[in-house]
Amino acid sequence: MDSQYIDHALVLAGILFCLGLVGVMVRRNLIFIMISIEVMLNASGLAFIAAGSAWGQTEGQIMFLAVMTLGAAEVAVGLGLTLLLFRHYNSVNVDQLNQLRG
Amino acid sequence: MIWTYLYNIVFYASCGVTVVATILMITRHNAVHALLYLIISSLSLAIIFYLLGAAFAAALEVIVYAGAVMILFVFVVMMLNQGQRSAAQEAAWLPARGWILPVILAAVLLTLLLLGMYSEQPLQPYGVNGIAVKDVGIALFGPYVLVVELASFLLLAGLVGAFHIARKMPTNIHLSNVEEADNG
Repeated sequence: MDSQYIDHALVLAGILFCLGLVGVMVRRNLIFIMISIEVMLNASGLAFIAAGSAWGQTEGQIMFLAVMTLGAAEVAVGLGLTLLLFRHYNSVNVDQLNQLRG
Repeated sequence: MIWTYLYNIVFYASCGVTVVATILMITRHNAVHALLYLIISSLSLAIIFYLLGAAFAAALEVIVYAGAVMILFVFVVMMLNQGQRSAAQEAAWLPARGWILPVILAAVLLTLLLLGMYSEQPLQPYGVNGIAVKDVGIALFGPYVLVVELASFLLLAGLVGAFHIARKMPTNIHLSNVEEADNG
């Protein structure tokens, strides 16, 4: 297989990461911010997979597993925090959550 | 060669679908629509994983991201019960001028990345024949068994943390009341 696919997969990973970054910076809804973080984690996973395929090694997929575990734990805790904040402030706008006093 | 032709079509179509779905996802006002686009994005990314020779990672992407994580998001969106009012609020919070600077910043980052990738002679891969699930499993429970242990720690901590944080408090106790009770 040509190396162009690996190159283009890495380009795609960069594009996806930047899209997730834009989402985190632009959106004000906590749900959308967490979805964008998921996109960024996906992009890093794609970069690991592409690198693992480029070298023909299994380490890329093992690191993808680690990234995915991190993403799952992050989503669980983040959504729990979102529920808690929504119960107290009746809003998921991060601009209203600027006082960390509980 | 017909195989290469097909491969090209599927690979680049999946790339295009992933990017377009992600762009649509971050510009939606309704959270459920965004989740649907995120599922599309995950699925096309799984196709790309498969084409890159990582069939195991492709299956995990479908099961975990397009399955479990999406269910979690959908449940929370349902519990938050955001309706039309919230969609209108989101539209009002998202003026066009708020987009310009982050887009420029991200475009600069992407340009830097692409320049760094293409300025020098890129590394030549050895060639991809696909990495078997068996090899991944042997490596995962051989030299990388610490990753499995750390993943189990992380998932247990996430489980306990999410359960503790999101549990229903008695309605007469708010965090502010607890704080006042502690002070007084």
